[in-house]
Amino acid sequence: MSLEAFPQSRLAAIIESDLFYKFRTSWITVGAFVVTLVIVLAAVLAPWIAPHDPFDVSTLSLWDSELPPVWAEGGDPRFLLGTDNQGRDVFSAILYGSRISLAVGFVSVAFAMVIGIVIGLVSGYFGGAIDAFFMRIADVMLSFPTILVALLVSGIVRGALPREMHDSAALIVLVFAITVTTWVQYARTVRSSTMVERSREYVYAAQLVGRKPFAILFSHILPNVMGPVLVIATINLAMAILIEATLSFLGVGMPPTNPSLGTLIRVGNEYLFSGVWWVVIFPSLTLVALVLAVNLLGDWLRDALNPKLR
Amino acid sequence: MTLTTRLKTGIAIGALTTLLAGAAGANTLRMADSSDIAAMDPHSMTESNTIGFLNHVYEGLVRYNQDLEVEPALATSWEFVEPTRLRFSLREGVTFHNGNPFTADDVVASLERAAHESSPVKSNIPSMASVEKVDDLTVDLILTGPDPIVLNYLTNIHILDREWMEENDALLPADMRGGRENYAVANSNGTGPFILESRQPDASTVLTVNEDWWDEPQHNLTRIEFSPIGSDATRIAALLSGELDFIMPAPLQDIDRINRSDGAKAIIAPALRTIMLGMNQTEKLHNSNLTDANPLQDRRVREALWRAIDMELIRKKIMRDMSRNSALLVAPPVPGYDAALDVLPPADAEKAKALLAEAGYGDGFEVGLDCPNSRYVNDEEICQAITSMWSRIGVKANLSSQTPSKHFEKVLGGGSDVYMVGWATLPMLDTYSVLSALLHTPGERMGAWNPGRYSNAELDALTAKVAVELDTDKRTAMMTEALKIARDDVAIIPLHQQPLAWAVRDGVNIPAAADNKPRLWYATID
Amino acid sequence: MIAYVLRRLMQSVLVMLAVALIAFSMFRFIGDPVNSMLPENASVEDRQVLREQLGLDQPVTTQFAKFVTGAVQGEFGVSYRNKRAVSEMIAERLPATLELVLAAAVFALLLGVPMGIYAALHPKGFLANTLNVASLIGISVPTFVTGILLILIFSVWLNWLPSFGRGQTVDIGWWSTGFLTVSGLKSLILPAVMLGLFQVTLIMRLVRAEMMEVLRSDFVRFARARGLSNRAVHFGHALGNTLMPVITIVGLQLGSMIAFAIITETVFQWPGMGLLFIQAVSFADIPVMSAYLVLVALVFVAINMIVDLLYFAIDPRLSVRA
Repeated sequence: MSLEAFPQSRLAAIIESDLFYKFRTSWITVGAFVVTLVIVLAAVLAPWIAPHDPFDVSTLSLWDSELPPVWAEGGDPRFLLGTDNQGRDVFSAILYGSRISLAVGFVSVAFAMVIGIVIGLVSGYFGGAIDAFFMRIADVMLSFPTILVALLVSGIVRGALPREMHDSAALIVLVFAITVTTWVQYARTVRSSTMVERSREYVYAAQLVGRKPFAILFSHILPNVMGPVLVIATINLAMAILIEATLSFLGVGMPPTNPSLGTLIRVGNEYLFSGVWWVVIFPSLTLVALVLAVNLLGDWLRDALNPKLR
Repeated sequence: MTLTTRLKTGIAIGALTTLLAGAAGANTLRMADSSDIAAMDPHSMTESNTIGFLNHVYEGLVRYNQDLEVEPALATSWEFVEPTRLRFSLREGVTFHNGNPFTADDVVASLERAAHESSPVKSNIPSMASVEKVDDLTVDLILTGPDPIVLNYLTNIHILDREWMEENDALLPADMRGGRENYAVANSNGTGPFILESRQPDASTVLTVNEDWWDEPQHNLTRIEFSPIGSDATRIAALLSGELDFIMPAPLQDIDRINRSDGAKAIIAPALRTIMLGMNQTEKLHNSNLTDANPLQDRRVREALWRAIDMELIRKKIMRDMSRNSALLVAPPVPGYDAALDVLPPADAEKAKALLAEAGYGDGFEVGLDCPNSRYVNDEEICQAITSMWSRIGVKANLSSQTPSKHFEKVLGGGSDVYMVGWATLPMLDTYSVLSALLHTPGERMGAWNPGRYSNAELDALTAKVAVELDTDKRTAMMTEALKIARDDVAIIPLHQQPLAWAVRDGVNIPAAADNKPRLWYATID
Repeated sequence: MIAYVLRRLMQSVLVMLAVALIAFSMFRFIGDPVNSMLPENASVEDRQVLREQLGLDQPVTTQFAKFVTGAVQGEFGVSYRNKRAVSEMIAERLPATLELVLAAAVFALLLGVPMGIYAALHPKGFLANTLNVASLIGISVPTFVTGILLILIFSVWLNWLPSFGRGQTVDIGWWSTGFLTVSGLKSLILPAVMLGLFQVTLIMRLVRAEMMEVLRSDFVRFARARGLSNRAVHFGHALGNTLMPVITIVGLQLGSMIAFAIITETVFQWPGMGLLFIQAVSFADIPVMSAYLVLVALVFVAINMIVDLLYFAIDPRLSVRA
């Protein structure tokens, strides 16, 4: 770590030089970036670019069910990647499914990040009883596998809600479960960085000129701990999408009437041997491509921001 | 497919005995069901797949044959000496698997056990008052009142050895309060064609042939190895790769694939279970935009909902031509069924809309639709299709599909508007089952499965008459009449009878049975 | 020292109580078991009687108190579905899950450690990059998809390996092992690979990072300065120092593998605790579900506590913080 007086410029310096140099020179990273961008754009624009609204049940017809992709024999030009057992357009379903998967991923990562950063900053800066309290909670959370915590949390929240709300609240429940499961990592990382930064001269200087603790935390310390946080956030985005898929696969995630990629795979999985391969292959490929691309980006970001691995 | 494969399923222990048994067992049938049998104790549960499996180890006084007719089993004959006293002559020379002779004492102890206050199966023998031993091979069953279908009930009540139960402190069925395990839950001693050799819950249950069975064996099996495999894909993979000889159920969408494969084929047959939609007919809907009235109370609305469902399309696309659409609440083999009444007019959305308009709901309405997601064949898919079909006549169904336990909790708690239920009429195999449980006004042990509180005085009166009528012809006519009333009033919307779908390796012959319980004592391996 | 150990123990007990409460409250909402325990034609009265028998009509606090008292003594009651003592059912399935997790961990180590070492020694090589991407694919494919693919390829197409179950097992006391028979070992391969793949990436990355760090350390530089061969430096010095944290992490991961085994066991019909749990969920078999969760939590808490105490014993500096 350098001892520059204006630490913001350090991050800027890295971005200007190293980060982008590494980015340009790695075709894998560029590829991952393109894939992520395409999927994110497609998901965001789904209502405008999807040829069908797959969840408007009144437009579905069983007569269109299980049509293969256009290029296969018996394909119908209206349905690019074929249809599922209800006559739903698989391509449109994937677009809308990615939308939900990404929404769950982004929103839960954002929440976890904000909560984790605040707790981490406060814990690391003030120490003492506050620190002990939050870190004990963190210990407990960390000592359980994410998937089990997510299962538990979604179970409890579902239990607390009336049944009619389960499907409509599924998204919120998922976000909540994943947030609760993942904030700890940010908190821990930020806390340890904060403890290091706290004893630095610039913080000391800021304290001397009478700046308030929270101002110091957010304007001075925060920018310095953002690097590792971004890395965790990227990797956690991939993880959140996978957790969502796994929960949906186990049947406690998004309902089939409003499916995420995981739900699409769960439903499609039942058709694996029946020859209707397109209902499971295309959602799976989309999910794997998305998660892999995000993971690769996270990887690149970590290597680039971590001077030790250079 | 050598010895190793045959021995594949985990058999604990004694490698040597297992080896010998496996080697001698040229005719081992390796089978898988989607869930494990719940317990070996036939009086501890009422799951039909468990009862079906236990039929190979235990027997009742009477049994259903392949055509679902009652035939003698441990009793050779019976007669009503009084309207409420049924006398059974027991079969001579039958022994239990442990060598004990079968006598009247065993029958008395077993029936008392099944009907005991703490027994979970006591409602499967509702009319029993007491049971008396007359002599070693004669038993009297005393009834609380005339019961025309008591024999049907008895097909489901297995006979255990009294001495064995006494020795092992298992004279009473498992009592949940005691928190104590019952010996009979993990062990068995029946009179049936197969003997329990070993059991590891959720892994494997192995039966070997009973050489001393009293009946003439029509099968040539020496050994049955049962494994539960919950995942459809895994179960089919195991059949296709030759690790299994018999699977049930085979998912309908995979039937084609199985039939196209080398060495395996599907067995499809009509089955008893009728799938239907019950409806909330109380003052208010639970999940709707309408708060002041319940349109489902109007017969025309119920008919509109029925007419809007294109069962032909569902049969073709979702059930892959394997289901049987039904306009009645029972399947053809069930007494009371009448083909003349079972006429389903083609779906007609226009007619349905007209009916809705006539009832004053031309703009449609919202209604809750509850479905299980893994209880009946393609249950969730059917409900999704219905949601889409109803949306065309302006009825917006708020579909909620849940695990079976949650589904039935909600339905039976009276929280549903429209709900899917399947009814096989087992163990009675009689229309009375539908009348008493589904159609009768709830109360006094009746209408236990009528949470929508449908109530029709005419039907209630008929049901009461059917319950005690001993003349078979008169009784059947009354039940047919009741089914017609229910149909014309659209008390419940019947959908179809789901098919039985099994799959076997080539060379394995298993007769299909409409009650979805394989009878492997008729199975052969070429 | 004793004070620290005691405090750590207290903490663990609190955690366990919290887990018990969570497990218990979750299961109150799964569904009413009564409907699946009684026949279709059971009356409303029958249902009520059974509900009372099971204690489901009592206040929640009473039910919870009963649950905790029982759990402390290893008593989780009788399974609603199987009518057997839950503690016994769990004991029966424990070996299957532990053997699976062990095999998966060994698989992950055997694959992950060499991959990590290679990647650390040749950080810019083409193969290292490929390994890196391959390992990322490993964690990007959902495990349930991997499992189905493995079955499709190795059981259905190639017909090499069994698709379900444990094969033939041998009982040693109450422990049933699949390690001693050919069919048992063959049955273990696919599930262990499925469960282990996820860990391979983790281990590979850990080994790579640790090793690269050690290679830059003074201690390795001195070794090189002494004129030791590359081989001796890499495997004699660097690897030894790398493995300690790796083994710690793998130890900590064991718990999470037990949890992930739920998915593997579902796909392969592996008769372990995870399968028991999932089956219990669909039947709303509350005693089995709560016992499973409490048990898994116990394993976690125990592993974490042991690790903490070990670190405490090894590194006296921590006592200041504690």
